[in-house]
Parts: sequence; C-alpha cells; structure tokens
Amino acid sequence: MEVNYKAESEMASVTPASSKKVFWNERRKESAAGILFVLPEVLGICLMGVFPLGFTLFLSFTEWNFIGGLDAIKFIGFDNFVRLASDESFLLALKNNLLYTLFTVPVGMVLALILAVVIHSKAYAKDFFKVAFFIPYISTQVAVAAIWAALFHPSLGPINQFLKNIGMADPPKWLGSTDSVMAAIIIIGIWHVVGYIVIIYISGLSTISIEVYEAAEIDGANFWQKFIKITVPLLSPTTFFLAITLMISSFKVFDLVAFLTEGGPNHASNVLVYYIYEEGFKNFRMGYASAISWVLFIIVAVLTIIMWKIQGRKAE
Amino acid sequence: MYKLKVPVRKNTSNIIITVLLGILSILFLIPLIWMLSTSAKFESDVMVFPIEWIPKRWNLVENFKAVWMSDVPFGRFYFNSLKLASITTLVTLIVSSMSAYAFSKLRFPGRGVLFGLLLAFLMIPEQATLVPRYIMIKWFGLFNTHEGLILMSMFSIYFTFLMRQYMVGISDEYIEAAKIDGAGYFKIYWKIMLPLCKPILATVGIIKFIWVWNDYQNPLIFLYNEKLYPITLGMQYFRTEYSENYAVMMMASLSAILPLLIVFVILQRQVIAGISLGGVKG
Repeated sequence: MEVNYKAESEMASVTPASSKKVFWNERRKESAAGILFVLPEVLGICLMGVFPLGFTLFLSFTEWNFIGGLDAIKFIGFDNFVRLASDESFLLALKNNLLYTLFTVPVGMVLALILAVVIHSKAYAKDFFKVAFFIPYISTQVAVAAIWAALFHPSLGPINQFLKNIGMADPPKWLGSTDSVMAAIIIIGIWHVVGYIVIIYISGLSTISIEVYEAAEIDGANFWQKFIKITVPLLSPTTFFLAITLMISSFKVFDLVAFLTEGGPNHASNVLVYYIYEEGFKNFRMGYASAISWVLFIIVAVLTIIMWKIQGRKAE
Repeated sequence: MYKLKVPVRKNTSNIIITVLLGILSILFLIPLIWMLSTSAKFESDVMVFPIEWIPKRWNLVENFKAVWMSDVPFGRFYFNSLKLASITTLVTLIVSSMSAYAFSKLRFPGRGVLFGLLLAFLMIPEQATLVPRYIMIKWFGLFNTHEGLILMSMFSIYFTFLMRQYMVGISDEYIEAAKIDGAGYFKIYWKIMLPLCKPILATVGIIKFIWVWNDYQNPLIFLYNEKLYPITLGMQYFRTEYSENYAVMMMASLSAILPLLIVFVILQRQVIAGISLGGVKG
C-alpha cells in the first residue's frame, strides 16, 4: 500500500523538442495526448474536491444563511472557530467521535486478528468463513441499521428480552437512552467492520512465509509463542495501515447516526459529520458548518500524513 | 491478491476449531437470520420471545406486496439505485483508466508533480466539502437530479492510483508493436490497454458499484423527490411509513441487501481481492 511518487518526479523533466522542422513531433504529440487523457480527472478533482475545500475554508470565516443569497455573506473572522471551542454540541460530537474510534478500532482489530489467524491457520473451508464474516461489510448499512433498530427495541426487542431472561432486571434502553446510545452504535459499527479487517489481515498473513513458522516449530515454539513472536511483528505494517485507515473512516461515521438516531436522544449520539449535516442542511448555517468541516479535514489530513511519513520511512 | 497454499494438518483439533468457528459465524450472522425469519411473519408474531426462527404462521406474500406494490414501490428505488450505480461505475472506470494510462505510459511535462498532487488530494474527505458542493450543485441546476449525484462521485483518485499501479506492470512491447502498426494514442488506450486491464477494471468496478449502491449520505442531502430515491433513501422512506411494522421493514431490508449479496457470493474472489487492495469506504 505504499504511496511512492517521489520516483515519478524524474519523469517530469522533459527534454526539449529535438526537431524544429515539424511542430507536432512525436514528443509533442505524446505530451498533448498525456495532458488530454488526464484532463477529465484533473478538472473533476479540482471542481469537486480542491475548489470546494478552499470554498469551505473561505465560508468558515463567514456567517451565511444560504437562503439569503450571496449578498448575505458576512465576514466574521475567526468567530466560528472561537464559538466551536465553547459549543457544547460540538464538543460532545467530538467526544462521541473519539469514543467511537477508541472502541471500534482496537476492539474490531483484536477480534479480527484472532479470527484471521484461526481461519488462516486452523480452519477448513476458509473461503466460506471469509464470506460469512464479510457479509455485514458489503450489506447496505442503512438496511442493516434497520435490523439492529428492531433488535435493540428497548422493551420488546430480542436483545433485551434475552437479557431479561438471563436475569438482568433493567437492561439498557440502547438507542432510546442518552447513556447507552453510543454503546449501541459502537456495537453495530464493530459488527459492520470486523469482516473487512479479517480480509485485510488474512491477505497480510498469506504473505508470511511458512518456513519462518517451521523453523520456530523445530525450536519447539507453541502456537501462542509463534503468534506473539512471529505473526504479530510480521503483521505490524498491516496493523499500522489498518489502524490509520480505520481511524480515518471512523471519523466519517454518519449513516448509522443519521438513519437510527438523528444525533439523539438529546444530542447524545451527535458526531462530527452529522453535526455538519445538521448545521449546514437543517439550520442552513453554512459558515458554521464549514468551520466544523475544516476541523474534520484537519483530523483526516493529519492521520493521512502520519501514515505516509511512516510508510515512506519503511519503504526506504 | 496472491495466496500461499498452507498445508492444513488434518487432525481432530482443526475439525473442532472449524466447528466452533462455524457456530461463531452463525452467531455473528444472527441479525441477518432474524431479518430473514421476520420478513415472513405477521407483525404480531415478530417480538414473541423465545424467537420463532421458523414462523408458525406465514405472511411472506403480504409483506412482499407492502414493499413491492405500495404507492411508492420498491421497484422504483431499485431501478434508481441500479441506474446510479451502473452509470457512476462506468464513468468512473473511463475517467480513472484514462488518467491511469497517461500517468503510466505517456510522458508529458509535469506528470510526476501532477500525480503527486492528486495523491495528496486523496486526504480530502468527501464530508468536509459537503457545504460548498451543495451550493455549487444548486448553482449548476443539478440539485435533486441523478446527474448531480453522478457528477459528485465519478472522480476517484484512489481507483486511478490502483489502475496506474496495474498498468505500470504491463509491458511496453504491446504498445510499441501497435505504434509500428500506426495506432494513435487513443487507439492504444482503447484497443490495447483496456483489454489488458480487464482484471483490475472488474475488481475496481465491483467495489465502486457496491459503494454507490450503499451510498446514503449524498442522496440524503442532494435529493428530495421520492421518485428519484435510491434504495438507501427508500429504506428511510419505509422507516417513516412503517415505523412500527418490523415485518415489512425487514422485508424492505432483505430486498435492499439481497441483490448485492447474490452478486457478492458469485463474484466473491473479485470483491475480496478489491477490498484487499485497501478500499475502505470513506
């Protein structure tokens, strides 16, 4: 997964056209073709990615209700960011995001690593298990969320009926209560993502040479020792890649919250992207929503840069 | 994705582990099994405990009718999802493979810098640009249209990156031979590169299709007309219409999940290979 574009920079130097007689010589033709071929994508990314990002930055220094039109844009400097620092809804959203990341990423990774090792080294019908654990990941998240909403029903749902049956007098109200709503969303989040991590870990495991294990077996290593001394260290690049990409995607969690709780009850399950959505498209506070967007961008950018730096160092 | 064949020692402990894993995977898939059984029930039987895994009374046909033959039928949502996912996938494959071809096989000034910049733009999360995109799509007059949604999700730097990696590995000999035969750059791209890239196009195409099919956020923000809803918004529509009818809801969930599930089971190798390349939805 290394992202190495330094080597490409030497390609950028183009020797000057050798022939002066014909303007459209081979080299010029190739350059023109190259530029034409990348043009749609480059224009598209500028239009739908780079320009909007700059636009968000501009808007984050303004107060603007979209309905008022362009004339209604009011420049207010850093006020939006100052307000964010003391906005309890925002701080709660940030806290919920951190909570979601803190639980889904490590728990998902540990569960998936165990499953991956067992499936890879000990089980028959590997392909069946890969598919079974992977199904939730490709299933439409809102359709799956609808199932969990029924399972988590506070009084009648199968989960709480089961908990009552095994003697829990007062099971959590899950999505219906401020105390347990994030727990419920985290459980669904882990269930959703585990299969993805299993697949990536298995593809990492299959690159470890079997001779390493055989050598360890000759030295009398047991399953646990092989796991700790061989598997875990040799998988560390995969683990690192997964940790960062999962952190990034967990900061973008939206579907579950928007579909199941709309940030509720009483804002208890608000997360960053949902807050952007609520401020921007329900309250039409475009400036404020843009400021939150930039917080999200900075978090994701920092994580991405950390990943590139470390992967770049490993590649050298 | 390549795989080293690891010989599995045929002993009893492996059989026991496989059986335990089998039980675990059934437990793991219980929510989906519950959905399947509930979609065939009468509403009054849904929350009966202990759960009737195989319904005593069947209401499958009525639930099916409620989902597929109501005022705003599921068929419409299906068609919209199919349309959005196929067109977006097709356009993405063309745009990304074109620039991947240029970045891997053509020399032009600024190529390295441009490619580096594109990779840097990978870090822009789609969600951070929602507000200006909303404004721009309104300016373009594409609000509440499928064209607007397609325009927003047809560019994918990550897929360009994957395809470029693949094309770099294709020998230049094919291209040189074609050049001698007098083929132009477009002809080389269309007649030589694309056919040679079929495996990566299939892998990337399936993943893109799944992502667009499952997209909820963009349609939620950029569509309001029920007739244009894809299946994800259709789920939300059913949730407000049938909030307390879990049997119908589960039939809707089943209808939303099933086609992808079938595609996945048939094409599992390509899907898993695509995901192993590192594609996480974001």
